[in-house]
Amino acid sequence: MDFALPAEIESIRVEAERLAATFGDDYWRAKDTAHEFPWEFYRAFAAGGWLGILVPQQYGGAGLGVMAAGTLLRAVASSGGAMNAASTLHLSIFGMGPVIHHGSEALKSKYLPLTASGELHVSFGVTEDDAGTDTSRIRTSAVRHGDHWVVSGKKTWNTKAQQADKILLLARTTPREQCAKPLDGMTLFLADLDRSYCEIREIAKLGRNAVNSNEVFLRELPVDDADVVGEVGRGFYHLLDGINPERIVIAAEAVGIGRRALDCATSYARERVVFGRPIGQNQAIAHPLADSWSELEAADLLWLKAAWAYDRGDSAGALANMAKLRAADAGFRACDRALQTLGGFGYASEYNIERYWRESRLMRIAPISQEMALNFLCEHVLGLPKSY
Amino acid sequence: MKILVTVKRVPDPESSIKVNPEGTGIVESGLKWVVNPFDEIAIEEALRIKEAQGDVEVVVVSVGVSESQEQLRTGLAMGADRAILVKADRPDTAAVAKILVKLVEKEQPTLVILGKQAIDDDSNEVGQMLAHLLGWPQATFISKLTFAGDKASVECIREVDGGMETIAFALPAIITADLRLNEPRYASLPGIMKARKKPMEEIDAASLGVDLTPRVRIKKMAPPPARTAGRKVESVDELINALQTEAKVM
Ligand SMILES: Cc1cc2nc3c(=O)[nH]c(=O)nc-3n(C[C@H](O)[C@H](O)[C@H](O)COP(=O)(O)OP(=O)(O)OC[C@H]3O[C@@H](n4cnc5c(N)ncnc54)[C@H](O)[C@@H]3O)c2cc1C
Repeated sequence: MDFALPAEIESIRVEAERLAATFGDDYWRAKDTAHEFPWEFYRAFAAGGWLGILVPQQYGGAGLGVMAAGTLLRAVASSGGAMNAASTLHLSIFGMGPVIHHGSEALKSKYLPLTASGELHVSFGVTEDDAGTDTSRIRTSAVRHGDHWVVSGKKTWNTKAQQADKILLLARTTPREQCAKPLDGMTLFLADLDRSYCEIREIAKLGRNAVNSNEVFLRELPVDDADVVGEVGRGFYHLLDGINPERIVIAAEAVGIGRRALDCATSYARERVVFGRPIGQNQAIAHPLADSWSELEAADLLWLKAAWAYDRGDSAGALANMAKLRAADAGFRACDRALQTLGGFGYASEYNIERYWRESRLMRIAPISQEMALNFLCEHVLGLPKSY
Repeated sequence: MKILVTVKRVPDPESSIKVNPEGTGIVESGLKWVVNPFDEIAIEEALRIKEAQGDVEVVVVSVGVSESQEQLRTGLAMGADRAILVKADRPDTAAVAKILVKLVEKEQPTLVILGKQAIDDDSNEVGQMLAHLLGWPQATFISKLTFAGDKASVECIREVDGGMETIAFALPAIITADLRLNEPRYASLPGIMKARKKPMEEIDAASLGVDLTPRVRIKKMAPPPARTAGRKVESVDELINALQTEAKVM
């Protein structure tokens, strides 16, 4: 057993932290308040080739694995940009996973180089209001019309749809009742998000407001046959490949935000003097910070192990869910304790912790809720009967 | 042409520095380490010369602990061609200069670019000592570097007290970079991946046959006195009076 990280992973951490550090808390607080997409940050990382970290080399990317991607996203999340920064890159890096794994050669050679360079913006369209976590119940449907498809329905929580040229869309192509299994009969499309056939409305939300989330209403959106990703009817299964790596890097991001918050809180606890001594000298303040530090370290080891397993070819389902579960809790708890450490100033926007706190709350809900991660472990690790 | 660029591992300027209880140095555990910012500028300048002239090899060199490999890797990821680490335990500036002389003799560079100083101890000595030991021309604190048409000499603008000084001299030479020379680039992901395949040579300082006995001994290190709280004054008159009689700055 050897816990030393490969030199390349260390370089990725160092260089990504260095670049991310050029965008400070003031930049991000302003972007978050104004609900403005952080173009300067996005372009800096696109120019450095970072968006292509998972894209195979023959399509202009670096062709690296999940450990590398997690290291990048953790570095970015531990900057003042926290989840705003991580999400800005996350979608470009993970959104196209199904295309990398299942797309036709034509689709890959047309779109992957543009993904790697950052020119192409793709939104991710799976979630629907009435289906929730039960994806088999989505109602967006695609119908064949001659040489193309026509998609109608409504998607929700579509990150970055305001900027997107394309949307990776999951739609029913065979009604649920007619399928052997509820998750059959859905198809993935890399559809043009043609504004003349759809309406995009931003959802007002708790945090991470530099990166928009939207409702997307699709009204007979035409989609080329060439834009079908993988096999017709197997769309859900194509998504599955991307689910574990995404949970792994979300865990890495949660660790990053938690560490950021703890760093701020510990320096504050050292300096802030009340009743004639630094508040960090009180164990009621210091112990929670030390406790969170160790929780984050444990979560860090867990996502790294999950990434290591995935990169060597395991599906890593249990590890990925455990990592996301532990890291999302540890990250949020660290932010909450950091906020408490700053007292009233923790509640003030100027001190940034409230922003990290709002953002880190998200990891316990998306891309998968803590409850569903536990359901996975109950069923697949503990062998308990499926509960839903 | 070959350019040798020095890279020192220093604490991140953003980190808060604590003096250890014995007063012999700083607390190093938990510190983040980076490339000395002036050395980043030196690397950038070498890379720009390489990009402008083509046939240039950029060699980054660090003298210090094994972990300095991390900083050399940053140099390689930015675009340097190869790296040399000379392992030495806390060498003082004179020892570093003597080690660099040996490397210059071995590598025969046309130009050595150093940061004007390292932001840890702010000595601002190695470049000058190296020039003296080699008997080469030097330009310190430069904010601009221009090659002559035949590439056998350069013209430098130095930032000196009260203005700019322009000097020209023949190569080989020593140059130390000031803040305004350029804005260093960030390593790209493809740069990091290429760095993986670039050679990193390790040399033990003891094997170079130079006298490493420290000439400088740190007797005591102490943090600056903590700032005392300010005081609010009631009127402009009181302020002027305080500045004249207490602070004695007026
Ligand atoms: C900011 C943000 C960005 C997002 N970005 C995207 C995106 O880009 N693309 C996209 O497609 N989606 C996106 N999502 C959607 C996200 O993936 C879903 O919100 C998430 O999967 C949860 O689904 P839901 O909101 O429908 O919750 P529901 O499924 O309605 O669940 C509600 C609650 O009930 C619990 N619950 C449900 N069933 C069970 C059960 N059987 N056992 C125990 N508990 C259960 C859940 O855990 C949860 O706590 C985003 C969400 C947010 C908040």
